[in-house]
Amino acid sequence: MSELKTALTSPVFKNNPIALQILGICSALAVTSSLQVTLVMCISVTLVTAFSSMAVSSIRNHIPSSIRIIVQMVIIASLVIVVDQVLKAYAFAISKQLSVFVGLIITNCIVMGRAEGFAMKNPPLASFVDGIGNGLGYSVVLISVAVVRELFGSGKLFGFEILPVVTNGGWYVPNGLLLLPPSAFFLIGFFIWALRSWKKEQVEKEEFKIAKNTRSVKEAF
Amino acid sequence: MEHYLSLFVRSVFIENMALSFFLGMCTFLAISKKIQAAIGLGIAVIVVMAITVPVNHMIYDGLLRDGALAWAGLPDMDLSFLGLLSYIGVIAAIVQIMEMVLDKYVPALYSALGVFLPLITVNCAIMGGSLFMVERDYNLGESLVFGAGAGTGWALAIVALAGIREKLKYSDVPEGLRGLGITFITVGLMSLGFMSFGGIDL
Repeated sequence: MSELKTALTSPVFKNNPIALQILGICSALAVTSSLQVTLVMCISVTLVTAFSSMAVSSIRNHIPSSIRIIVQMVIIASLVIVVDQVLKAYAFAISKQLSVFVGLIITNCIVMGRAEGFAMKNPPLASFVDGIGNGLGYSVVLISVAVVRELFGSGKLFGFEILPVVTNGGWYVPNGLLLLPPSAFFLIGFFIWALRSWKKEQVEKEEFKIAKNTRSVKEAF
Repeated sequence: MEHYLSLFVRSVFIENMALSFFLGMCTFLAISKKIQAAIGLGIAVIVVMAITVPVNHMIYDGLLRDGALAWAGLPDMDLSFLGLLSYIGVIAAIVQIMEMVLDKYVPALYSALGVFLPLITVNCAIMGGSLFMVERDYNLGESLVFGAGAGTGWALAIVALAGIREKLKYSDVPEGLRGLGITFITVGLMSLGFMSFGGIDL
């Protein structure tokens, strides 16, 4: 039982897929300009990761290793098609806004990475929980980026005005930069910085260390 | 002709795959430590995209589109929901075939590109190219130009980033920002630079 709990909670901060494993960054950046769209994306990715891990894990002993990538791809692609069709049927406006990024869940490295790295070696239930955990880790980063971008970029959350903007007679001047693509990079950069200042063991080693200046002052002048 | 040229320029600079659509970010960040490797991967992406986008266009237009199967006596058939599955299949197959062809006929190129080819199957820029082609309804010629252009734009971005990172490794970066963190901020600044192309209308 405690193993399952670790599988669920460790990807959230300790082994975060985006901040530490460098997986699934593409969609993390592109869909975060509004919170509602982000939430839909997070739910889709979490479900696809969980179910694909479970499916891959339950047939892991029957997949020949030379064609395993193709088998995983087919499982993932079928699940993504289901998600895509459901979104088109029940949330058409959001599915239009997500445009190609629903399809790109197939090539989202989190899904592939967990199928290959965890589900191929572990039983179905553990893989399912691991998939949910990694989906949650992904969602934590995405949602925090989306909250900052939507709140400070347009003064709204879920489309409701939180900070009254100047154009509507309020006091807040929205920061347009936050709605533009580059801000997502800065925010994730800062998120990683904050996470690594909290959990020191995630800091990367320096490739080069600047040597101490050995010349004395007299030599220099 | 002019139309194709402007489409090419637009897909390289204005709608850059890596810096304005964030596609292929995982490989973009992972393989950009050395310029040599970045150039190899960049070339592989250009070639694969220039092949897969037109091929996927033919499959979409000839088999999957609503009413495309009229020639087989099935005018009401709409298979477009199978799109995702077929595009990824085509990409995986073409990458595999390319690997075998290169290995047999151009071993020098194979040893240079070899390690990057499997990575390309899961590169979202390639898949994204095919999906954009469907969404924007390009014809065969346009999709060829778009594939080559989008690949070139991606290659340009990764080589530029690798150049910056090679210089950056001598700098003294704050502890928590080292490695991944500073790379994100660098890419953000590059993307800000590429936004200056945004106003250009060809």
